[in-house]
Amino acid sequence: MENIIEVKNLTKKFKDLTAVDSISFNVKKGEVFGFLGPNGAGKSTTIRMLTTLMRPTSGQATVAGHDVSSQPDLVREHIGLVAEKIILYDRLTAMENLMFFGNLYHLPKNVIKERAAKWLKALDMDKWEKKQTGTFSTGMKQRVNIVRALLTEPEVMFLDEPTLGLDPQTSRSIRDFIKDLHAHGVTVILTTHIMPEADELSDTIAIIDRGRIIALDTPSDLKARCNKPNATLEDVFLSLTGRVMREETHNNIPSARGRHFMGGRSRIR
Amino acid sequence: MARKDLLDFSRDRMQLVFFMIMPVFMMIMTGFIFPSQSSLKDISLGLANQDKGQMGVILTKVLTEMKTSSGAAIFKIKTYADVDGLKQGIRAQAINGGVFIGSDFSSLVQNNQQATVSLVPDQSNPQISQILTQILERVIAGTGNSVAQAKVGEMLKLTATANPSLSQVDPEAIISPIQTTLDNLIPGETNYFQFIAPGIMALIVMMSVMAGLAASVSRERESGTLDGLLIAPVSRLSIILGKSLSQTVRGMVQGLVVLFLAILIFGVHVYGNWLIMILLMFLGVFAFMGVGILVSAMATAQETAMTIMMTLQFPMMFLSGTFFPIQQMPHFMQYISKVIPLTYESTALRKVIVLSAGFSAVWTEIVILFVFGAVMLAIAVPMFRRMVTR
Repeated sequence: MENIIEVKNLTKKFKDLTAVDSISFNVKKGEVFGFLGPNGAGKSTTIRMLTTLMRPTSGQATVAGHDVSSQPDLVREHIGLVAEKIILYDRLTAMENLMFFGNLYHLPKNVIKERAAKWLKALDMDKWEKKQTGTFSTGMKQRVNIVRALLTEPEVMFLDEPTLGLDPQTSRSIRDFIKDLHAHGVTVILTTHIMPEADELSDTIAIIDRGRIIALDTPSDLKARCNKPNATLEDVFLSLTGRVMREETHNNIPSARGRHFMGGRSRIR
Repeated sequence: MARKDLLDFSRDRMQLVFFMIMPVFMMIMTGFIFPSQSSLKDISLGLANQDKGQMGVILTKVLTEMKTSSGAAIFKIKTYADVDGLKQGIRAQAINGGVFIGSDFSSLVQNNQQATVSLVPDQSNPQISQILTQILERVIAGTGNSVAQAKVGEMLKLTATANPSLSQVDPEAIISPIQTTLDNLIPGETNYFQFIAPGIMALIVMMSVMAGLAASVSRERESGTLDGLLIAPVSRLSIILGKSLSQTVRGMVQGLVVLFLAILIFGVHVYGNWLIMILLMFLGVFAFMGVGILVSAMATAQETAMTIMMTLQFPMMFLSGTFFPIQQMPHFMQYISKVIPLTYESTALRKVIVLSAGFSAVWTEIVILFVFGAVMLAIAVPMFRRMVTR
């Protein structure tokens, strides 16, 4: 099968910290690609580079056949992103939010309305479309957020911890939804800390640690490699990344990075 | 983009309320805190009159009966025995100043000698005492003048026998041979509001554009929605232009709110051309847009953006001649104020609103504002592009 994402020696450095260290991998069209790793391992940085939100220090990456650094606008037309932070305006209603983001992609109004209605119904959010999203619970917001990412019917969906902080019911419905996307041939890049979730959904799993990919295989092969009867994905993960908790500085807190006030290139965004 | 931002803004009721209240506050505070001569009334004045003669009585009467244009008494007179009593009174802050008339006052005047009235100012309050001294000097000079007129009149009558042409002479012409008259550009008296309103308009427009832009970008950055904009296939330029557009609308609306409040509540009158005024406001927005974008590109957090803004705005506020005339400032500050674009914005607005200046009188300001805005934008837009995608 053809590769929809090709990553070669992709590197991102922040000053003296190498967040992503020359990683290479391919994602096949239509698969669910589980991207696992401890906090600060470089998952989010990799996702940000693949979604053109960050420029790689060196190396290449193509998404849907377009280079992320030289053709970012073409890449943007093919991707959808659900990140850690929910991308919705609290003071706009669900529908206004969707109309706004649809407009950004130059979709015709009736198409946006039609798709929004379809997806909102699928996620059981159709009765809330006229309410401001600020009044929603996290689970409700996340569902609208997913509809937002789906509006353009992207070929590649980046889901960065989509079930973080959600109740079991909402997590369940989101997992079912990911399966549904998979069934419709959408490529999904999924990062999560919930091992059973990754195990259940992913066709291929990459484990990244300290900026390097340390394992890349199907979930069943990964488990088979582990010297333990009935090993779970969690056993695999812990044996590969160690049991010690990480205390490296987390590079997502802008004010905690000891960077220059102005002009410093070390900032993430 | 712009529509979304405005919708977002209009939904925030609290912000909307303060958006209206802020300019009113500013007007009221600055307008009433700074005393102007015409607004003074009921000033406590100590009077120690040791003179038993007629002159002391006249002077006391004049001071007591002095009225403002609206008919309120300017002075509240309190009587003291001597200079030490007045000084005690000032120390106790019972009075804002004192007038001492010596016991030989009337007799000196009658015997054609120079008499003295001593003024005791309250040095802890220079502004009031300066105005007070001015008024008192004028009053005393006026009283002195009428005494002089009487005396000169008598002298003229005496000399007229020797030189008949002198009998036609008005004594006033000899005492003060030169008179000044005021020839105003606009009718009537101007008040401090008339001076401050254009400045505040300029200031509000600047603040709302700069702070609004920076805050809105950094808020989106913090909440993560900026990523949502950045992964869409729209150019960075249109993102920032959309944001600028919504801030422009906001800034203009706020400027107009100030203007209408100034007209309705404070009786400010627009003497100049409305079109030129609107154009100037728009130029003000344009001039500060670049700075706003630059700050929003530099600051990662909303708080950082606000701190940078404050640092930039504070000197601008005070050095631009919005509240205090530039001519009052020390020399080096005048130089600084010349490089602050806000100076030109408020000067130009003032020229148009108060002095009904036309295009020809403000074109330098227009050019300066336009060039400043264009240069800042030229620096800021590429900076923004580089900063958002690292």
